[in-house]
Amino acid sequence: MQEMVGTTGLILNEPLLTERGRKGRCGISLPRRDVEYFPLDASIAGEGPNFPDLSEVEVVRHYTRLSTWNFGVDTGLYPLGSCTMKYNPKTNERQAALPGFAGAHPLLPASLSQGVLKMMYDLQGFLAELTCMDAVTLQPAAGAHGELAGMLIFHAYHQSKGAPRSKIIVPDTAHGTNPASAALCGYRPVNVQSNEQGVLSPETIAAVMDEETAGIMITNPNTLGLFEENIQQIAEIVHARGGLVYADGANMNAIMGIVGVGDIGVDVLHLNLHKTFSTPHGGGGPGSGPVCVKTYLEPFLPVPRVSEKDGRYFLSEDFPQSVGKLHGFYGHVGVMIRAYCYILSLGPELKKVSQLAVLNANYIKEKLKDTLHLPYDRPCMHECVFSDKNQEAEKVTTLDMVKRLIDYGFHPPTIYFPLVVHGAIMIEPTETESKEDLDVFIESFKNVVKDAKENPEMLHDAPRKPKLRRLDETSAARHPCLTC
Amino acid sequence: MKEINEMNLPENVLYSTDHEWSRVKDGKVRIGISDYAQDQLGEIVFIEVPEIGATFKKGDVFGTLESIKAVAEMLIPITCEVLAVNTDLEGSPELVNQDPYDKGWIIDVKPDDSSELNQLMNKDAYLEMLKGMGK
Amino acid sequence: MRYLPHTEQDIAEMLQVVGADSLDALFSTIPEACRRKNDLNLPEPMTEWELNAHMAALADSMAAAPHYKVYMGAGSYEHHIPATVPFLLGRSEFYTAYTPYQPEISQGTLQGIFEYQSLVAFLLGMEVANASMYDGASALAEALLMASRITRSKKLAVSSLIHPLYRRVVRTYLGPGDFEIIELPYCADGRTDFSQLTSMDGLAAVAVQSPNFFGCIEDLSLVSNMTQGSKTLLVASFTEPLAFGLIKNPGSQGADIVCGEGQSFGIPQSYGGPGVGMFACKKDYMRNMPGRLVGKTHDKDGKQGFVLTLSTREQHIRREKATSNICSNSGLCAMTSAVYMASLGGTGLRELARLNYDKAEYLKDRLCRAGFKIPFAASTFNEFVVQFKPGFDTTYQRLLDEKMVAGLPLSPYYPELTDHYLLCATETKTRKDMDRLIDSLTA
Repeated sequence: MQEMVGTTGLILNEPLLTERGRKGRCGISLPRRDVEYFPLDASIAGEGPNFPDLSEVEVVRHYTRLSTWNFGVDTGLYPLGSCTMKYNPKTNERQAALPGFAGAHPLLPASLSQGVLKMMYDLQGFLAELTCMDAVTLQPAAGAHGELAGMLIFHAYHQSKGAPRSKIIVPDTAHGTNPASAALCGYRPVNVQSNEQGVLSPETIAAVMDEETAGIMITNPNTLGLFEENIQQIAEIVHARGGLVYADGANMNAIMGIVGVGDIGVDVLHLNLHKTFSTPHGGGGPGSGPVCVKTYLEPFLPVPRVSEKDGRYFLSEDFPQSVGKLHGFYGHVGVMIRAYCYILSLGPELKKVSQLAVLNANYIKEKLKDTLHLPYDRPCMHECVFSDKNQEAEKVTTLDMVKRLIDYGFHPPTIYFPLVVHGAIMIEPTETESKEDLDVFIESFKNVVKDAKENPEMLHDAPRKPKLRRLDETSAARHPCLTC
Repeated sequence: MKEINEMNLPENVLYSTDHEWSRVKDGKVRIGISDYAQDQLGEIVFIEVPEIGATFKKGDVFGTLESIKAVAEMLIPITCEVLAVNTDLEGSPELVNQDPYDKGWIIDVKPDDSSELNQLMNKDAYLEMLKGMGK
Repeated sequence: MRYLPHTEQDIAEMLQVVGADSLDALFSTIPEACRRKNDLNLPEPMTEWELNAHMAALADSMAAAPHYKVYMGAGSYEHHIPATVPFLLGRSEFYTAYTPYQPEISQGTLQGIFEYQSLVAFLLGMEVANASMYDGASALAEALLMASRITRSKKLAVSSLIHPLYRRVVRTYLGPGDFEIIELPYCADGRTDFSQLTSMDGLAAVAVQSPNFFGCIEDLSLVSNMTQGSKTLLVASFTEPLAFGLIKNPGSQGADIVCGEGQSFGIPQSYGGPGVGMFACKKDYMRNMPGRLVGKTHDKDGKQGFVLTLSTREQHIRREKATSNICSNSGLCAMTSAVYMASLGGTGLRELARLNYDKAEYLKDRLCRAGFKIPFAASTFNEFVVQFKPGFDTTYQRLLDEKMVAGLPLSPYYPELTDHYLLCATETKTRKDMDRLIDSLTA
């Protein structure tokens, strides 16, 4: 076998910021003082915080060392299921940093912000085309924020019919954000289970859908990596009782150019620009969660909306039925610029993106299904879900295996989600990984399973190669220490 | 996790179907969670207890137990008023793991109707129930 | 396409392993009726070089420094960003990672965010801070929801001098929830009128922004003195955190929850986002906080390390009972602000804050001397309101042609304030710049 990717190397220790520096240093070139000191009312004056004082070099070393303790997509394969950790193109960073964009004040008159408004307007159009939906808002700051926008739209829609509703259907495979977003709008989630094939049956929905239920939140493809093939019948059932269908587009990377979400009964859909459209995840954010709707829900979209007339772009507030504003300004414009550049760089080839994402996931599924337990053995979409069932005898868990995978040089997959698979291992390779890299990953996972058989203790003890070994999360939670 | 026959199930308490125990002493009832419940949850990191004076109807949620990755609700076995809470749990939630029937008690209550206690299970009945759940 | 590594041969070999005849055959589980009928109607792919030209043209149409002098703050502030900040944040180990669910290989993000939480807590004078919210507006909405959970009351008093756009976001978040929101009017000196508070009881929170939307510095201790002994929480909001290098922080004035926008700290304005929602509170309320938290712990060998903690508050565990639905936050922007705060240090922050104050005072002073009116007497930090003469909008237009943006007209937000403009002068404006503005205004 070729040499494994994971290895050891010189890692430098680095104390906390607060343990560095010396009073009186400054790491910034302070601007020239060309005005006099003006009187300051003593009653408002404070002491200022006791930050450490560091030189520029200290700051640079500190953060450079910290960065080397992190694993990112640029480091290696990051198959975190449902998060679509694809490559983040560098040119997108360059474009978002152009001074005209980076230095733009959000309250400039429209006449002085045509470039960014055109970008937003065109991006809305591209997303509408990709999803077969009619209207788009870019304002939500992340996927969960998009879900909130969607639920507010549900709420406003039912209100406009004069009949507010109290419940919402949420499948057991849904992300936790779905019920949490619905609850913010006062909806009580009604949980439904997927069938033995791992998808929702129309009968299940028919049994719970009633005139008190605002609609359904459905992730398609779902978090088992399976296409909800009954989506059209389900949508008919929900619509027949006056409800609406919300689609969580977290997994859109599987179906661009393949499925027109707006044509299969979906009324509201959110996208994650940081997943499908290649914008960096930033160690937790910022994301961006545009929401797409059908024409009849357009009046409820958040304001302001980006509009165009005679080649001029402007922000419009004139939508009296709108749910209102969700973000202080217009959302994460810097993230939108990156996604816009990604779409411009790929164009119709986005279909190929989805095809290759699905090819990579199925390739892993086929190659690993004799090694790991595969609860739903059928063609998957962009991700596949295994479990630790085959390792029960060795008392080796999913957690142990993925920690060992770190030693081999890979970021672990998503684990213990979705909840319907006990000990779930959810692998989403994305389309930007080559066959050779997938082969090394597959080989490594097989070795992990071999290690589990031969030396389970080694797995309980993994990982050994990173700077730190397993961390004590229990004491962190029992005695929270949240500041220096 | 422990096997059913490894469970510590004392004779001097009564068990509910939701895995809370109750022990009568001097007209008060002390309530905690069973060895089975603490074992299922794993290392407990935080316990939310009610305020003194709070009243509950049988079956109400009277608090929550948290491990790192799960939250479990505690259901009151009898209709009652809270007389005292175990303040040691605030700084040492691990007491519930280490000593669920003694130092890890949760609350003392005044029952509305002591006869409700008759509906709870003794050790043997509870053990039977646990064995049945395993099947 | 350079992001897609697959050769025709790779695809053929992989399809064979999968047992599919073609890429289209991979989608066999999708019913025919669900398939898209038409091809994607998107522009042909651009080369990297075409994209450079296209984006440069769009960016050039924007009015930004150095070509424009923009005297506008109102929640988005122009500050110098040292070269170190984008360089360090450009370390792709930071920006191409995701939420640090696997702490052994995420210690860079985790320690960085732990330090961010600490710096934010120091800055605001609070005990704990979270790992960030989306922005100042959503942070305020979440703070009010949190106050409502803690106090079990749905009645809120909100200062009318909180950023008008933030107040709209609050109304959106609280819209379906049956809340009662009372807006507190403002006094002649440009600060909130708290006199009504004495007659209100059962409030979940009183929300005040300082410096407020007019740039005026509020006396938060007035509110904390009034709410003392009651359950009501003081929620302090802000849009310009740099002010706390000079003025009293909200914690020292009795705030229970502090939230605001951190864009000023090294984050580009980017037409309003992404920024970072800073969020801090007293330790007693820690378990009611929204968002992620990083805590200190140790590994198996006893070495210091960091993990995400108190996660049971969050949506992925508590689902509909979570303290918030937030998942992705503004992690990288939080890290940016931490790098900026570390670069400034306590000494630099105090100096820069004082410089901002003096720049704005200089401009205020020159405007007064030129005969313009400063309607609100309260102390301000780096922005303030000016009352121009009726018909000033034509002068405003002329100044735009001269590439100067003379503040933000207030009448769309406060209809009674016709001809009132909110002007901001940070350290980016030189004395010469400001003299030129005055000259043009009086020309």
